[in-house]
Amino acid sequence: MMGISVTIQAAIFDAGDLVNQFTRDIPEAGAVATFTGLVRSKPEQPIKALILEHHPTMAQKQIERFAQEAVDKFDLLAIQVVHRFGEMKVGEPIVQVMAASSHRQAAFDGANYVMDWLKTDAPFWKKEVGADGAHWVEARDKDEAAKDKWTK
Amino acid sequence: MIIRYFAWIRERLNRDEQQLELPDSVKTVQDVLHHLRTIDEDFAFVLPPETVFRAALDDELVELDTPLGSAKELSIFPPMTGG
Repeated sequence: MMGISVTIQAAIFDAGDLVNQFTRDIPEAGAVATFTGLVRSKPEQPIKALILEHHPTMAQKQIERFAQEAVDKFDLLAIQVVHRFGEMKVGEPIVQVMAASSHRQAAFDGANYVMDWLKTDAPFWKKEVGADGAHWVEARDKDEAAKDKWTK
Repeated sequence: MIIRYFAWIRERLNRDEQQLELPDSVKTVQDVLHHLRTIDEDFAFVLPPETVFRAALDDELVELDTPLGSAKELSIFPPMTGG
């Protein structure tokens, strides 16, 4: 079974419930790596909320592509990605990637691969709402560099 | 062709999308941007040539010198910040 599931939704999700559901139907899996990205607030620049804009059709296609590439590259048994859009509060989950494989390294690599590509090549844009108003988050060079390790 | 805008580009242009008839001389993504700067002062102000942005043709990320081909939709947006 090489299951790929990508869901883009506004609704909040429960990180634990998601991973429990994901692992339920993969008896061959010896390992599941889960990454959960959260809305964070920095002490020096606290935020009230995060608003995530996205390009729906393109986001779905791009993430499905990265998930398929991860399955092929690391021989994963299954992968599931849930990414939210809209307004969310500090501490809420934004994204969750779960990769299942026979052994641990492939699961770690699969989740890592999808996140690295998603960061720079999936059409989402973050806007932080703070005490002094809202501003768009700038892309980081570090994210661009992170995905390069997969093409070397 | 439909041109769609996202994030701060959408906000500063004050539009989500626009329908555009392109002259035959417009062949690539970069040509569309140049054309828009020529016919639209607001566009030229918000997206001057040195602006860092990315583009997609019918949901596929493309380089700026990519030919438009038979694409129906061009999306223009800032570097992405998801995840």
